[in-house]
Amino acid sequence: MLRVVTVYPDLLGTYGDRGNGIVLQRRAALRGIESAHDEATSDERLPVADIYCIGGGEDGPQQLAVERLEQDGTLKERAADGAVVLAVCAGLQVLGRSFAVSDGTRAGGLGLFELDTVASAQPRAVGEVVVDGAAGYLPLTGFENHAGRTVRDEALAPLGRVISGVGNGDGTDGALVGRLVGTYLHGPVLARNPLLADWLLALALDAGELAPIDDDPSRGLHDERLGVARRAR
Amino acid sequence: MPRATVEHDDSPSIRGARLSARDRAGLAALRLVNGASRRSGRGQGTVAGGRVALRIAPRLLERLAYDLELALVSGTNGKTTTTACLTAAMSTRGPVATNDTGSNMLPGHVAALGNSTARVAVLECDEVWLSRAIPLERPGAVVVLNLSRDQLDRTSEVRHVARSWHAALASLEGTCVANADDPLVVSAAVHAPNVAWFAGGLEFREDASACPRCMARLHFDDDGGWHCECGLARPDPDAFLRDGTAVVDGTQVPFKITLPGAFNEGNGLAALLAAVRLGVDADAAAAAICSVTDVAGRFSELDVDGSRARLLLAKNPAGWSALLRLLADDDAPIVVAINARVADGFDPSWLYDVEFDRLAGRRVVATGERWRDLSTRLFYAGVEHTTETDPRRAIAVAGGAGRRVDVIANYTAFAALHGAR
Repeated sequence: MLRVVTVYPDLLGTYGDRGNGIVLQRRAALRGIESAHDEATSDERLPVADIYCIGGGEDGPQQLAVERLEQDGTLKERAADGAVVLAVCAGLQVLGRSFAVSDGTRAGGLGLFELDTVASAQPRAVGEVVVDGAAGYLPLTGFENHAGRTVRDEALAPLGRVISGVGNGDGTDGALVGRLVGTYLHGPVLARNPLLADWLLALALDAGELAPIDDDPSRGLHDERLGVARRAR
Repeated sequence: MPRATVEHDDSPSIRGARLSARDRAGLAALRLVNGASRRSGRGQGTVAGGRVALRIAPRLLERLAYDLELALVSGTNGKTTTTACLTAAMSTRGPVATNDTGSNMLPGHVAALGNSTARVAVLECDEVWLSRAIPLERPGAVVVLNLSRDQLDRTSEVRHVARSWHAALASLEGTCVANADDPLVVSAAVHAPNVAWFAGGLEFREDASACPRCMARLHFDDDGGWHCECGLARPDPDAFLRDGTAVVDGTQVPFKITLPGAFNEGNGLAALLAAVRLGVDADAAAAAICSVTDVAGRFSELDVDGSRARLLLAKNPAGWSALLRLLADDDAPIVVAINARVADGFDPSWLYDVEFDRLAGRRVVATGERWRDLSTRLFYAGVEHTTETDPRRAIAVAGGAGRRVDVIANYTAFAALHGAR
């Protein structure tokens, strides 16, 4: 039984990122893999799962999410035990060491990623993004919407290189360490990038390549968005 | 619905406010540009002229609004309908200026006021612009309906919008007419010196699950009540619906609105309370509101090659939630049209906040400029569907043999279909 949990959609559910959990569960089910997707709100204990999806949210709720996740402890434990974690936007910042809050102060994160997110004098990063690189799930397309810029420690790998858009702000997007994946891309990112979804599923299932899904409309969506982004450059 | 009469007034004063030479030049430019825009068929002629006028005369809006009896209507959903209802209610006493073309930012306000000699105005106001409109226009009433996620690429955070309302409403001289059922609205409106509360309902709770004041988890009761440990709670409404009537300040009036859907009852109730607080007789206002039928094409019908299509507008998860409830008892084929232009928001991620699985088993056709995003969403919701790139073709395919089709479209997809009638 593959268990997918969307973490705190009541706090980190502003940008439609609950779609990532929906996509993972459906893509597993379509291949006959027994699976479940649950949304765990911040007033309950975080269930044990194989994949955790954390989404984007607003400043205040983001700080509250860190507090609750620290108190709860499950996410850190499961991450140490090899669970897959997909963290998007505020989720990426939550997994980092620290992030900037709009009132000018800084808040601590969970410290699973060796990165800090800082305030920026640049305008808010809003728009289509293309991320490329050597990994098999790339290129990615998505939509970003964030104010902060993310500074990785040198040893921490990004998810990929930004071809268009802002991402972390240094020409890269997100972070990747072990089975923890961070990105700024909404869309939701797994709806627009089925190869990334399947890569995460394969990680969680300790499987090799997964069989393709018949009549999968998301492949056409991926190609279309990539084409639009390329033409716009 | 009565429309504002347009009489050009070239005298140096308008409604008692002194206009400077600059203001008069701005007004002249407004009329010139709007006339040209309308004649060329390029637009309804409101935004362009308003922009030019404000560039020439930056204080024109203040001067035009001076000593008007003015009401603003804002919120994520229901602005246009509520504005139409309040305009109908206020029109029982005389001409009303209004912006019924959808231009709901400051240039649209300038255009609506500059093209009218009415002494009463009811203006729909974009939620992000409300905090700027209030100090300039000094409204006698501000109606705030609801706040939830919409066009986040532009508004970025719903709570930012609530905070900007809080600051503007705190110095409001007029009455704030606010939805007691929406915690984000209440968190801003409680700061207004003079508030009238209506029970307008809450379609979408997910942007209000954490208390807007202290971030603790809000408690919702089954009967629509809500509260937080910090003390923020649903205020007792001054206006609510009861058995086909509206109760306003303790007085019961007949209230059977023509527009469909519980959400429109809430919009009508907001307009009724605002009209009563602005001095309109409750029975007259209620009758006028109940007679409103076609609001900017919402729920209007379109004929496509023999298929009858009912046009429904849903721009965001809250709007969708309301419409899915309305459509639950129906079995008409459904066309869904999704665009992602600037007025829609560029990121259609919100499709995953809509419970599309409730359409499973219905005949569904996906269309609009972002039909691939929609088709992917429906696929993951387990909703069998077909796709068509052209919305009119989608209607023809879905309907066939003269059946009625319900078309649910977001803003620009809706406008394209409505405009093509």
